[in-house]
Amino acid sequence: MPDEYRLILKHIDAPGYAPDIDTYLRHDGYADLKKALALPPITLPAGAVLDGPARIRNEVRLSGLRGRGGAGFPAGTKWSFIDHKTTKPIYLICNADESEPGTFKDRQIIHKDPHQLLEGMIIACYANDVHLAYIYIRGEFIPGARLLQRALDEARAHHFLGPNILGSGYNLEIHIHRGAGAYICGEETGLIESLEGKRPYPRIKPPYYPAVLGLYGCPTIVNNVETLCAVKHVVAMGGAAYAQLGTPTDPGTRIVCVSGHVRKPGYFEIQIGQVTLGQLVSDFAGGLRDGRKLKAIIPGGSSAKILRAGEKYKLKTKRPDGREIEREVALLDLPYDAESLSAAGSMCGSAAVIVLDDSADMVSVLANISEFYAHESCGQCTPCREGSLWMSKALARLARGQGRQQDADYLLHIANNISGGRTICAFGEACAWPVQSTVAKFKDEFTG
Amino acid sequence: MKETEKDRERQTMDAKQQHAIPFTVPANIEAAIDELITHYPQKRSASLMVLHALQEHLGYLPETALEWAALKLGLEPINLYELATFYPMLRRKPMGQFQFKVCRTLSCALAGSATLHEHLCRKLGLNPDSHEPQCTPDGRFSVEYVECLAGCHTAPVLMCNEDLYENVTPEKADEILGRCKKD
Repeated sequence: MPDEYRLILKHIDAPGYAPDIDTYLRHDGYADLKKALALPPITLPAGAVLDGPARIRNEVRLSGLRGRGGAGFPAGTKWSFIDHKTTKPIYLICNADESEPGTFKDRQIIHKDPHQLLEGMIIACYANDVHLAYIYIRGEFIPGARLLQRALDEARAHHFLGPNILGSGYNLEIHIHRGAGAYICGEETGLIESLEGKRPYPRIKPPYYPAVLGLYGCPTIVNNVETLCAVKHVVAMGGAAYAQLGTPTDPGTRIVCVSGHVRKPGYFEIQIGQVTLGQLVSDFAGGLRDGRKLKAIIPGGSSAKILRAGEKYKLKTKRPDGREIEREVALLDLPYDAESLSAAGSMCGSAAVIVLDDSADMVSVLANISEFYAHESCGQCTPCREGSLWMSKALARLARGQGRQQDADYLLHIANNISGGRTICAFGEACAWPVQSTVAKFKDEFTG
Repeated sequence: MKETEKDRERQTMDAKQQHAIPFTVPANIEAAIDELITHYPQKRSASLMVLHALQEHLGYLPETALEWAALKLGLEPINLYELATFYPMLRRKPMGQFQFKVCRTLSCALAGSATLHEHLCRKLGLNPDSHEPQCTPDGRFSVEYVECLAGCHTAPVLMCNEDLYENVTPEKADEILGRCKKD
């Protein structure tokens, strides 16, 4: 049985580990911030000088760390889009709007180790010349927002935050901004609109790439809670060492959330790609309930395309001699990493694995998911606003036993007219993918 | 023509009546709101946080509160209305003293959140088929379905006011209800 690889969750759940700063400091808390602030400039062989912040950016780029919010975009690349010669302020926003169905990892960090998030965030801000940053936390996390506020106050009292941090001359202020129950605020440009005090309608890209035209039209970085925690570990280990963990294309560790039809649902931090879906389900999450068989797995939050038990996927792997070999693997033998899941036609998304056994009725499952998207569509783009509702209504009808022979094709027709870049943001794909995959793979259940 | 005049007269009366009850915010809450506004380079950004603060104080956001916030932030009332009508957590009418939010989304549904929602509704004399917020006539309790609360490993979950309750069976829901009733 593989073990968890706890980097971010190292202390979480240890007896006596509390979310206060004294506990954090007793566990070497803020040592990596001190290290980051003390990094001297170096001169590269070519003659260019890298100052401390640029060195951190370089380490994050070398680490290959991908964003942990859902899109999996390399964090170092995201940071590299910032023009540091700008005369405008640069903002950083921590996306703590954890709302993807099946995902509950950020809540654990916020509640049990808020200072780790702050340390990662302060380092990320220092690395990117940010002096004002926000934590956008979902509205329902009320005790979480309070815990974070206390952590901010403690950090400020210890001079880890505020003017002239630890005598370095670097100033940073972080404020908490609470959402109010809208999933679309997790989309980074919707989040920015919401933070500007508007309805969270996502912005069209181009031109509104946050790195160029973000908060108040200024360069802005939006990073997920877990990503910012990982930044702290990249600084601790060095980018090259961090890149040794996980797989070459998806390095590091990830907190995987397993829920649904398993005996022991929970969150597990793994080395990416070193654990299979089967091990996640059987070894970590206690396996299926007695007498039940696996029916399907939603591998990366409810937006991810569903994988059906019994399916086989072709994975390409590079052997040490550089030769590429193709091998066929079953669902439960899929390594949990971005490349493998993508080869299987789905994604790791927010690393939320929802397990369905043979008691699951796929019509009810999909009706449930579609109701979520119908409720959460912001209403800006017609295909998504109307389509998500039509799909939800048709599925509710099917679930009531009033399906029609043509319903499967009807659902696919709607989904195909939402996805494919017809909407401003990826919500359009997110509401179409579960419908397209579930209806196609379980068509016999959808024909009324 | 006469009808229109009457309408206009009535509207003026309504407006006068509304203004007859001055909307005031206690000094400590206004001070907290003023402090919140300093967190942002642009006042408008404080909108959501100001509305949260007002709703915590009032239980909901009457139009007078939205107008007060608009004045405070140097905005038009529409800028606040459009938020109050968009975000599910912002309430335009009073809700229960104890607000139950039952997670409806997949992992909780697989763990029996429909039974839980129905149980709570029946106990409180509310319609179990409605997914929308519903309030008991005495204003003590409200029940609604909400989307994923990020507690999927301890499904089903619900929130009662600010607190999250995990692995909630109907029996556990009765205990929570019982504690509320004692308050």
